[in-house]
Amino acid sequence: MTNEPLKSRRLVAVFLLGLVLFNFPIISLFNYKLLFFGIPLLFIYMFVSWILIIFLIALITKPHSKRSRSM
Amino acid sequence: MLKTGTILGLSFGYIGLLFAIAHYGDKRAELGRSIVSNPYIYALSLAVYCTAWTFYGSVGRAAHSGLWFLPIYIGPTLTAGLGLVLLRKIIRIVKVHHITSIADFIASRYGKSSTLGSVVTVIAVLGVIPYISLQLKAISTSFLILNQYPAITTAVQYADIPIVKDTAFYVAMLLAVFAILFGTRHLTVTERHEGLVAAIAFESIVKLIAFICVGLFITYGMFDGFTDIFNRAQKVEALSKQFTFIDRPGVFTGWTMYIILSMMAFMFLPRQFQVAVVENINEEHLNKAIWLFPLYLLIINIFVLPVAFGGVIRFTGIEVDPDYFVLTLPMAEQHEALALFVFIGGMSAATGMVIVEVIALSTMICNELVMPVLLRFHFPKLKLQTDVSHVILIARRLSIILILMLGYAYFRLFGGFYALVSIGLVSFVAVAQFAPAIIGGIFWKTGTRSGALGGLIAGFIVWTYTLLIPTMVQAGLFPQSFVTQGPFGIEFLNPFHLFNLNVSYDGLDNIAHAVFWSLLANTGVYIVVSLYSQPSAIEHSQATLFVDVFKYSGKDSESTFWRGKASVQDLKLMLERFLGSKRTNEAFSQYAATHDVEWKSTLSADAGLVGHVEKLLAGAVGSASARVLISSAVKEEPFGIDEVLDIVNETQQVIAYSRKLEKATAELKAANERLKELDRLKDEFMSTVTHELRTPLTSVRSLAEILHDNPDVSERKRKQFLTIIVKENERLTRLINQVLDFQKIESGRMAWNLVDINMLEVINDAIAATNQLIQEKQIQLTLDLPETVPPIRGDRDRLMQVLLNLISNAVKFCDRHQGAISIRLLTNAQDLHVEIIDNGIGIAKENQALIFEKFRQVTSSEGTRPTGSGLGLSISKSIVKFHKGAIWLSSELGAGSTFAFSLPISKKQNS
Repeated sequence: MTNEPLKSRRLVAVFLLGLVLFNFPIISLFNYKLLFFGIPLLFIYMFVSWILIIFLIALITKPHSKRSRSM
Repeated sequence: MLKTGTILGLSFGYIGLLFAIAHYGDKRAELGRSIVSNPYIYALSLAVYCTAWTFYGSVGRAAHSGLWFLPIYIGPTLTAGLGLVLLRKIIRIVKVHHITSIADFIASRYGKSSTLGSVVTVIAVLGVIPYISLQLKAISTSFLILNQYPAITTAVQYADIPIVKDTAFYVAMLLAVFAILFGTRHLTVTERHEGLVAAIAFESIVKLIAFICVGLFITYGMFDGFTDIFNRAQKVEALSKQFTFIDRPGVFTGWTMYIILSMMAFMFLPRQFQVAVVENINEEHLNKAIWLFPLYLLIINIFVLPVAFGGVIRFTGIEVDPDYFVLTLPMAEQHEALALFVFIGGMSAATGMVIVEVIALSTMICNELVMPVLLRFHFPKLKLQTDVSHVILIARRLSIILILMLGYAYFRLFGGFYALVSIGLVSFVAVAQFAPAIIGGIFWKTGTRSGALGGLIAGFIVWTYTLLIPTMVQAGLFPQSFVTQGPFGIEFLNPFHLFNLNVSYDGLDNIAHAVFWSLLANTGVYIVVSLYSQPSAIEHSQATLFVDVFKYSGKDSESTFWRGKASVQDLKLMLERFLGSKRTNEAFSQYAATHDVEWKSTLSADAGLVGHVEKLLAGAVGSASARVLISSAVKEEPFGIDEVLDIVNETQQVIAYSRKLEKATAELKAANERLKELDRLKDEFMSTVTHELRTPLTSVRSLAEILHDNPDVSERKRKQFLTIIVKENERLTRLINQVLDFQKIESGRMAWNLVDINMLEVINDAIAATNQLIQEKQIQLTLDLPETVPPIRGDRDRLMQVLLNLISNAVKFCDRHQGAISIRLLTNAQDLHVEIIDNGIGIAKENQALIFEKFRQVTSSEGTRPTGSGLGLSISKSIVKFHKGAIWLSSELGAGSTFAFSLPISKKQNS
């Protein structure tokens, strides 16, 4: 129970991170016509950021996670 | 060859399967063994977000403009992450208040306003019907495309097909039946449908697997993986330019607008609200669902870009609508089974959305539009019927049919003019208008009904102007110049560039433009009007209950807003009419169990029960209608002037009480200070007394030792020593007697021996007793006494003690060389005055008041401590006081002092 507010605050932080990652000006840093491992750089960037956000949410909401406690 | 019969058979077979699953889900729920109560099913049901738009339209969008299909899925990922903050709060509020829909939510927050509920419903219905039509269009088009196999053409004409031959029409009818069966079987207090959720989750699995299959087939079957597709796309100019964003300022603004838009749509689309909030079984499911659902979105989107680019490469030179690449590509490769599976996948995406959306909308229409009208105009008639729940269910079923008809009609009339995605986005902007009222409503208590209403209407007007009317332009209902040159040629008011604003990247920029203006108008009006309008009492209480839901939901948070009386029987009858007698009895016995009530002995309902019944009713007919119903049963008494006065009075009493408390506290504080001071004085006294005792004891002991050790001491010396020993002993005895006396007086155990006394005698005795002392110091004594005095009543020995005290004090303090003491006795009608005057050092003014206090010893101006216990004057004061007299002193430093006391003359003699 005492963990709930902390979890929420961490999720808000992830939300803010997402806002930064998926918006100007960060995306403009990857706005180049380059193939990275055969895939356009911008596409890679989008999907990797997306996976990162999902991973972070999963990590934070994981029940009794030792890792999230020591963070 | 694919026969039409096979396709149709499969389609209706699939819908049949849905019926079976939903039926099974409902059965299990009735048995209490839910199959949907877990986070995985919950996450899958959230995936109803992915409609035909996702299944077909995303590829079309990606083929035209690359990454621009993506923000629609990034937004929900971000808001889903906030699930424990936003969704959890909304879910808790909905559960506590038995809210049935998003319209009900807004209406309930702003004082259970039926006006607000109906406005939200109208916006939702107008906004979402195009979206429903989009699904029907997808079903119809995909069927037509598949039906032409092996020919591949997406140039299908709906206008040529009569309604009776259109698959979409029959599918719509089947969906209506499904929605009626599993969405409106009976009126529940929670508005949850487990069978429906089971079917939706199943559909989410089907569409995901179908899309992944076709994605794998195209990427790895037709091409050589992702790398191959992107390498080839790089050589096509139209495709390689989609690898990046066009670098123009408006582009990123547009991108951000899309993310914001989809963030709101994910929560506030009626169907999303239905599955995420109303159908939620356990808040804990959020923990897993908020990352499982974004993961679902990610997986279903992985193959969008490869399929889009692959399709463009494959169909170079052929006119094929990219919206249907997932279907036409397997067809082009003669992969019949996969094409069929994709068709079913597309249908699952479309039907899932339609089912949930119509159920959510029908609840809104029934509760927010039909019920208020019924209650206002036909309630007297309704009262006669025993069971109103049938009327409500029929209203819901009719509205389901009506919505599907409207959706179908919209598709037949306008559907041909737009791509799938652009229709959907128009709906997104419409429901985004709910965001300020809801987000503000759960975090900001100041938001008022007028603010929410004004904001919604302002946003809706902007939406209509910038998005709805241009749609009609496309369909030919308005002149083309309306969007090219602005209305009446006024460029300034062009619905695509309002006030010449440019948020553009290509032909779809009107969405970002509309999002900006409509939300600006909406939020602006909401905030400003809220700040300048007065909320009513019920708005106040609802605002608090919503914003502080976690604070109140643990306790019994029944609204205590009802005053006045209602009979339990009336309430029960009313509830029975809406919920049936079985559910009503259950609800009442549950309430009785949790609140310790005995129905047989309880005739009139208290506020708690009335609030509870209101909530149960709200679950069936919406909060605004429930309030109207309850107010007809509860004889609510308006606040009278007496009650207002009572309240004011009560407040005053409370204030007075707190003042008393303050005073008592101050008194206690003072008493405490006094006690501390007394404690300090007692310590001082102890040290004085012990010192006083030790001095004579020491001298007695040392003299005795000298006598003991020196037997040859001269007789004269021996006599002198013995005299000192006796004197010191007397002094000791006196001191101890004083302490004992003082102790007796203090504890009230002094025995008083009251007799008639002649004060003259007492004074003469006292002088005789102290004569030796006076003689020793060679003090001149002057007496000023009358011949006779009236007798007084008192304790002779004690008064003698007072006199001895004062005289010995005077002797102690009078001038050392030419000491003079005079004693005077004066009489008047009421009392006797005795004055003892010395010519000593006198007492400073500031010490005069203290000198009668116990343990006080006044340090003389030379700094020496006087001898004695410091009790003499205090004891004297107590004795005089006991005789109802007074004792005082007048003195000046260096001019001697006068101690005086007065005693009342005995009344017996006087009268």
